[in-house]
Amino acid sequence: MSVIVFAENWDGKFKKSTFEAVSYANEIAKQLSTSTTALVIGNVSEEDMKSLGKYGAGKVLNVKNDRLNTLAAQAYGNIVAEAAQKEVATVIVISNTYTGKNIAGRIAARLKAGLVAGATALPSATAPFTVRKKCFSGKGLTDVVITSDQKVLALTPNAFRVISGEGTASLEAFVPALKDSDLKTSVKEVKKTSGKIALTEAELVVSAGRGLKGPENWGMIEELANLLGAATACSKPVADIGWRPHHEHVGQTGITIGPNLYIAIGISGAIQHLAGVSSSKVIVVINSDPEAPFFKAADYGVVGDAFEVVPRLIEAVKTFKTSHH
Amino acid sequence: MKFLVCISQVPDTTTKITFIEGKALNAAGVQFIINPYDEIALTRALELKEALGGTVTVIHVGTVGTEPTIRKALAIGADEAIRINAEPEDAFFVASQIAEVVKKNPFDVILTGRESIDYNSGQVAGMLAEMLDLPSVCVVTKIDISGTEVTLEREIDGGKEVVSCSLPFVASAQKGLSEPRIPNMRGIMSARTKPLQITEPSSGTKLTASVSYAMPPAKQACKMVAADKMNELVELLHQEAKVI
Repeated sequence: MSVIVFAENWDGKFKKSTFEAVSYANEIAKQLSTSTTALVIGNVSEEDMKSLGKYGAGKVLNVKNDRLNTLAAQAYGNIVAEAAQKEVATVIVISNTYTGKNIAGRIAARLKAGLVAGATALPSATAPFTVRKKCFSGKGLTDVVITSDQKVLALTPNAFRVISGEGTASLEAFVPALKDSDLKTSVKEVKKTSGKIALTEAELVVSAGRGLKGPENWGMIEELANLLGAATACSKPVADIGWRPHHEHVGQTGITIGPNLYIAIGISGAIQHLAGVSSSKVIVVINSDPEAPFFKAADYGVVGDAFEVVPRLIEAVKTFKTSHH
Repeated sequence: MKFLVCISQVPDTTTKITFIEGKALNAAGVQFIINPYDEIALTRALELKEALGGTVTVIHVGTVGTEPTIRKALAIGADEAIRINAEPEDAFFVASQIAEVVKKNPFDVILTGRESIDYNSGQVAGMLAEMLDLPSVCVVTKIDISGTEVTLEREIDGGKEVVSCSLPFVASAQKGLSEPRIPNMRGIMSARTKPLQITEPSSGTKLTASVSYAMPPAKQACKMVAADKMNELVELLHQEAKVI
């Protein structure tokens, strides 16, 4: 018995969500009195792979194959499933990133294992195996019982803290059975959104809505975001009328995020918008309407005209940064 | 070309969600709609059909009460519908049911939404692809088909990835893939007579069950900061909230 975790990498580097997933897997391994094995597909340095031991991985299985440096969902799913069988894993943990969303269902179907996609906490019980996740786009929570022997958990990024200590993982090369028919998809090109912090992994997010009155007024939003090292986001109406790109739209039908800090400027806080941001740890709302529903979901509120408040906030952040460095 | 679009029925996005004693969704007064991401998938299937020829079939796992939602999909433009007569309680069960239908009656393009907005899992596309031994690409904002070459764009952290794929395939739709259409009167009228086939479920395994529900923890009261005291706000975020 063991717990296996797919340790995702991006161009050979792990990210915070990987360490969260390994930490989460290892906490489950402790609940089950077993050990944690990490699976790495791609070219990651030996040093980085060994360092997964800090988060609880005793062993790292590494699949090196130049055909697998980019995602091929069918091949990746098969490999994770095969590694799970080899390690006699009862729990398979992945991150619910875009890669995770591509492979979770495949792994679960291949192993006939129940899947909780978007787990937000450790299992509250292991018999029956019960895991909490969000439902209704963050408007509710549900406890899901998995009844199969093997379980697949896709952990929501930013929902579980990284737990690090001492330790070095041992490395083992893993050569899975790979067929040409597993590689019916191939990546032709990667289009990076230039120089910006990706919204889904941002710890700080500055977001604005119709209160900004026009796309030409986003300069101050971007300035504030740059100062804070934050990603920019927007509300649905603003994306729909083309003031901002769709990939910035957070909300029930946009991206769901859970940053440490979400600053909402000129967004009234419709229920669909709140659904997408309700897992933010701290919410600041700046709105000229004291009755805006968003204040009910906020930790800090400022009633005022964005065109006066935001420049003042920018100055205050600048002052703060000079005095703290 | 044969297109299959898997649709689920969800509470309208404006619904205020409550639960009955933490055991089930309180459906009183809730208006149900086609899952918005499924509608995006459906519209793209219709666009591709208009360009390439073929038929668009929608498939849904649900009991008789969901038929208005299926008729809505037909009104938007689907040619025919299949309803598998069962409660869609578990993604593995739903995917197995759809896979059984597709095994007997293959499709070239199978689309789902990226997730349903009720359970937000997005499991069915990958499961279905695995059960049918087909390639899959999830959370896509573009699908173009030229001959037997399929080009998709999928969302990745901080950008997009262009993926090529062979037919047949499974993909899940993200916002931006298409602009949903509002059914016109002709569509609504013709939807009434379009074929809706009802099949009984094959015996299927369920691997998960939602056993209880809760509301998200309530927020503390909002702390108000005067509009001319932004230094104070920054200090609060630093000292008290510890987020900057």
